[in-house]
Amino acid sequence: MTVQIPRTWDAIVIGGGHNGLVCAAYLARAGRKVLVLERRPLVGGAAVTEEVFPGFRFTVFSYVVSLLRPEIIRDLDLPAHGLNVVPLESTFNPLPDGDYLATWADPEETRRELYRHSPRDADAYVEFGRLMQRMAMAVKPILGISPPDPGSWRPKDLLAMGRLGKHFRDLGEKELHALVKLMTMSSADYLSEWFESEALKAAKSASGIIGTFLGPRSPGTAYVLLHHYMGEIDGVFRAWGFARGGTGAVSESIASAARSFGAEVRTDAAVERVLVEGDRAVGVVLGDGKELRAKTVVSGLDPRRTFLELVEPASLPEELVSAVERFRFRGSSGKVNLALSELPNFTALPGMGPHLKGAIAIAPSVDYLERAYDDAKRGEFSRRPFLDMVIPSMLDPTMAPPGKHVMSIFVQYAPYHRNGGWDDASREAFGDAVVDTLAEYAPNIRSAILHRQVITPADIEAVTGLSEGNIFGGELALSQLFFLRPSPAWSDHRTPLRGYYQCGSGTHPGGGIMGASGRLAANAVIADGTA
Amino acid sequence: MTSLGTRTTPFHSRTAPLVRGHAWRRWAGYVVPAAYDLIHDLEYAAIRGTAALIDVTPLFKYRIRGAGAAALLDRVVTRDVRRAKTGQVLYTPWCDPDGKVLDDGTVTRLGEDDFRLTSAHPNLRWLHQNAVGIDADIDDESEAVAALSLQGPAAREILGSVADRDVSKLRFFRATQARLEGIPVTLTRTGYTGDLGYEIWVGNDRAEALWDLLVAAGNPHGLLPTGLLAMDVARIEAGLLLIDVDYISARLALIETQKSSPFELNLGWTVAKEKRPFVGQRALEAERNGGSSWAFRGLVVDWDSLEALYAEVGLPPQLPSAAWRTSTPIFDGGRQVGYATSGCWSPLLKKYLALAHLGSVHAAPGTEVEIEVTIEHRRKRALATVTETPFFDPERKRA
Amino acid sequence: MSVPRLDAIVIGSGLEELVAAARLAGAGRRVVVLEPRDSVGGAAAGEQILPGFRMDPVYADAGFLDPRALGDLELDRHGVSLLTPDPFLAAPADRGDSLVLWRDLARSRASIARRSAGDADHWPGFAARMETFARVLEELAGRPPVRPGGPLLDLAPFLGLGRRIRGLGRERMTELFRVLPLPAHDLLEDEFRDPLLKGVLAAMSVRGVFQGPRSPGTALAFLHHHVGSPGGVFGIRTVVRGGVARLADALATAARARGVEIRLGASVERIACTNGRAAGVALASGEEIVSRVVVSGADPRRTLLDLAGTEALDPDFVHAVRQIRFRGGFARIHLALSEAPRFEGISEAVPGVIAIASDLEHVERAYDDAKHGRASELPVLEARIPSLADASLAPEGRHVMSVDVRFVPVGDRGQGDYAPDALADRVVELLAERAPTLPGTILERKVLMPADMEERYGWTNGDPYQGELALDQLLFMRPVPGWAGYRTPIPGLYLCGTGTHPAGAITGASGRHAANAVLEDLGGAR
Repeated sequence: MTVQIPRTWDAIVIGGGHNGLVCAAYLARAGRKVLVLERRPLVGGAAVTEEVFPGFRFTVFSYVVSLLRPEIIRDLDLPAHGLNVVPLESTFNPLPDGDYLATWADPEETRRELYRHSPRDADAYVEFGRLMQRMAMAVKPILGISPPDPGSWRPKDLLAMGRLGKHFRDLGEKELHALVKLMTMSSADYLSEWFESEALKAAKSASGIIGTFLGPRSPGTAYVLLHHYMGEIDGVFRAWGFARGGTGAVSESIASAARSFGAEVRTDAAVERVLVEGDRAVGVVLGDGKELRAKTVVSGLDPRRTFLELVEPASLPEELVSAVERFRFRGSSGKVNLALSELPNFTALPGMGPHLKGAIAIAPSVDYLERAYDDAKRGEFSRRPFLDMVIPSMLDPTMAPPGKHVMSIFVQYAPYHRNGGWDDASREAFGDAVVDTLAEYAPNIRSAILHRQVITPADIEAVTGLSEGNIFGGELALSQLFFLRPSPAWSDHRTPLRGYYQCGSGTHPGGGIMGASGRLAANAVIADGTA
Repeated sequence: MTSLGTRTTPFHSRTAPLVRGHAWRRWAGYVVPAAYDLIHDLEYAAIRGTAALIDVTPLFKYRIRGAGAAALLDRVVTRDVRRAKTGQVLYTPWCDPDGKVLDDGTVTRLGEDDFRLTSAHPNLRWLHQNAVGIDADIDDESEAVAALSLQGPAAREILGSVADRDVSKLRFFRATQARLEGIPVTLTRTGYTGDLGYEIWVGNDRAEALWDLLVAAGNPHGLLPTGLLAMDVARIEAGLLLIDVDYISARLALIETQKSSPFELNLGWTVAKEKRPFVGQRALEAERNGGSSWAFRGLVVDWDSLEALYAEVGLPPQLPSAAWRTSTPIFDGGRQVGYATSGCWSPLLKKYLALAHLGSVHAAPGTEVEIEVTIEHRRKRALATVTETPFFDPERKRA
Repeated sequence: MSVPRLDAIVIGSGLEELVAAARLAGAGRRVVVLEPRDSVGGAAAGEQILPGFRMDPVYADAGFLDPRALGDLELDRHGVSLLTPDPFLAAPADRGDSLVLWRDLARSRASIARRSAGDADHWPGFAARMETFARVLEELAGRPPVRPGGPLLDLAPFLGLGRRIRGLGRERMTELFRVLPLPAHDLLEDEFRDPLLKGVLAAMSVRGVFQGPRSPGTALAFLHHHVGSPGGVFGIRTVVRGGVARLADALATAARARGVEIRLGASVERIACTNGRAAGVALASGEEIVSRVVVSGADPRRTLLDLAGTEALDPDFVHAVRQIRFRGGFARIHLALSEAPRFEGISEAVPGVIAIASDLEHVERAYDDAKHGRASELPVLEARIPSLADASLAPEGRHVMSVDVRFVPVGDRGQGDYAPDALADRVVELLAERAPTLPGTILERKVLMPADMEERYGWTNGDPYQGELALDQLLFMRPVPGWAGYRTPIPGLYLCGTGTHPAGAITGASGRHAANAVLEDLGGAR
């Protein structure tokens, strides 16, 4: 018996990144015939696990699972499809003076550790955590809705605006003020209101700059601090975790869930453009010229590709085109993946220990991070960069051959617009800067390196297709958030072309392995009844 | 110092070998004995009958000295610190600017410009935030000073036998410096049991010697090392509040309704009238005049009613010997009017007691309410009567 | 208790204080202004570099003279005459034609076109858009700050504002939301190609902030400095003939005419409280003055923590006040010149700003140095030669010049990279690269470091804005969240300085709003 392949699809999702897959899974779950088209031989986009060196598997681009929405895990039953997130419970920041700053799973243990650095900060840390929890509660509803268009007089938008207004007023004045501060301040200033220990301020503010082209003293970086607390209010798992099998396993589990609902996921299938008839998207044209027709097309690519490359910009309102043209990408980070013969041995805390199972960061002072940013502003990679590391093989031994390890190093800053551009020589020089930096804290690292993979923003763009190598599909800056992501009036995952939708990190609510935009896009498609 | 592990008190070398059931409890980052024996009944009996020796080192201790020390504390706490005489101890809560309780503890005036504040939660940052513009030094003595609580009818005699001064002169909520067989200590006539008792504050280096001395001196009087489980029963009988259990610090509350004012915790008496400005004063004065919507009271569960509920399923009443701390609904007719936050069977009073937050209209002593009890997996309601606390208030406590 | 003879004591005689005092007196209240220095005007008081060479020590212009605040003071009658410098901005170029911007849009466009034809095409649109946005800020400045979390009734006056913002049309409105938190760098990059044009505009966007143009929020600072300016005229507001000091004098005259008593040499040591209420002040001389309310033009930190004291304040509030960021960051150099300097490539006399900011990078790097705690190695300079348009400022044929130097962190206090003299030498050297004859014409110079401004005027860290113009320190967050309405937790104590909404460079608004709050509490006019 032959299976009848449908000639038209209800929905085609362009790009098998995690958001595209989530969108496809929700659409398939709602009974739609869905096809996912992924250019690469494997799904996941920036969330892939690859065996880069024999026996050594890497989460090549992304490195931790931070914000994957628990409702998505529940709705799609991802654990049944192999998702297993191991918490990253500790943080460990070695310092230049030979000391270190750590936080542990147990609050009392953390308190004692912080007390060593500053007794007052030990007190403040608890209160700060409470405030962040309350702020996360305040912000959470926003992540789950499609932004209204503030310029619209449609009842739907006015109602949504009214509801938002009420939500914020219901927070009470104090909480509202706290939220405004969090949204507008620099992480360094914000943290200075709480803490006095330089090491703690630096460790915390580092999380505010990830993926941005800003420094810890730049306004607008404080709210990213919230991300670390979002997980805690969901009660499902802690904010930071490592997926067994790497972030690729997250993508695989979503793809598997999508398939289980009947979606087809096709790899090695590059989409050339979206097929438009009149003001309607009616399908896609593949790289080989083949046309696939569908009632709905969802782009999981970033806004630049969604609006300027997949479709003819001339067919779009000028307002949208100019907004997307001005949308800033400016990839600022790179990645170094190391295959190690032995664990790094940190001078500050020698030998094997629980600190190697958590997040390890080189971010010794706010000034250090600012200097790293200074280099980037001037078009160079940081001579002494901020490093955010995990050793996945500590949590999942299958990532490396027995006794060996893999280390995943997120590096900032590595500007996409490097003076003179990126080439093999600059890539290796960048890798050297990373290893040199790490070696200052773990001198055995040089001799432990068996293989090294260095990824620049140019590489990220070339491989994943993310414009300018921005890991968030566009900067997470105040002027590019909520109804401005990617453009006013088109932040609800719809586009001016009927039947054409958008999801991905470049759309609300933004970056990280979160999946929320995929779900919101699927909701929009279903609500419109276009597929 | 990779993983810091659990922290032990300076008495650990003495207490650890005595903890037969490996029953430890975590308290402010330390582990201390929950019970020494397998069953804590005798330890409770020691509190009420002979003498109990309890390691209370995990309390936070702050030394506040300097010309502005009294001003600083006066600004923070609700009671009038300036009126305290040297050698006086005040029990007091302190509040946030909205008049909601942050913590409670004691203030001991060791000298004109020398105070010790004890608290359940850390308060170093709060003290510093309040010290802006005030000339006072704040030292965190939490890790430098160990503390033992000697509680029970024989406490005075035991202490008297080793002290270099007449401790019988030391009145309720008074403090003195003393030497116990040469060991310098601060003695306060305080405790968390509602019985005759003392708390003894000693430098870490002399802690073990102090323990040995008190155990030896107490032996003839029936002194028992006592854990937190027994103390928990005693403090409920005494109607004493426990933070994180009976109330949530305003500092940690996630929503407004989790916070309580002193009036709502039956601590209205600690809110000084006609005092210089202190944190929360405006809100508290308004509440004093306008009334509170909540009250904190004792409940005595009607035994016949409870027995009858058990009898329905063919069981005799079964109650745990340790205090419970699961929030439990209180009803009047069909309507929930409050919740009990801790409770226990009082072996001494032979009563089933609870401490409860009640809507003010249901808080008058003598009011009959119902408390939820789970009997054989089913929720029932037993009758209970609202009462003033303490449930047990022996003469000897103050005498 | 006897009823105080005085209704209000106003601490300080700066522009805002005088506006507040005049308004209170105009409503029939008995007011005394206490000025610690021996001349009226506070920081606006004029001085001389040399006899006959007049300078405004800190102010470069009079800001936006908000007619809503000053309208009924009849300042012209009291001798204020306004000048409109033209060209308002010029920038000598290292390469190519210099940039000279005029009040006449067409002339500006022509000058820009000599450097970049594309930029010249964009200029009118940019100017128009910025003007639209600045009008919204102007409207905001005209009212006390909105309290978005406050009682619904308080929001009512802002419905009009909401309508106005929506009235911009969707495109302009959303563009406003996009621009407000934007880095000036991005705003300018989107629009222009010419590095020099971007550089000089960026120099404006960092006035009042301790940030570089790449920092989000600097576009808002840029707009703030555009409030009240005609379209396309950036970075310069009203200039008063004879200097800002004349404005202070006129305000003082107007205030006195309404019965305000101004006492000079009266330095307030503390604000006295009775039963938790501000009830007067104690002077350094020991004298005590009783009044029903006290209105302070000193910055919020100094007013509340130093003058009023923390006893009656909640620790949360004290903490919030201590967290206000006062960053200052600029020094001012005054030169008395034997002749007008000639900048190479600029044939016109420029009575406006002559900016030395060759590109965005220049401004950014200047900040980077300051961020790391040093004075900028290559500072951004904004020079003015007001005597070109106002001969009364210097003896005939002679000139005065003032130069704003950014960034000079207060931390330096003359002990860091630059002592005042070294800084002045460096600045003259930099100017001489563009105006070679300048060094030989300097008759005298005076340097005001941030520490000097702190010492002279009581501004924390020498910040004349009394709090950085940062996103989180504006509108209902200024000076601290929850207390943006000129009142303080101490009943009877009010703030009227630039540390309150709408912040510096919008003259008279804070003083007027503060006076209104006082009158509301005292039961209105009498």
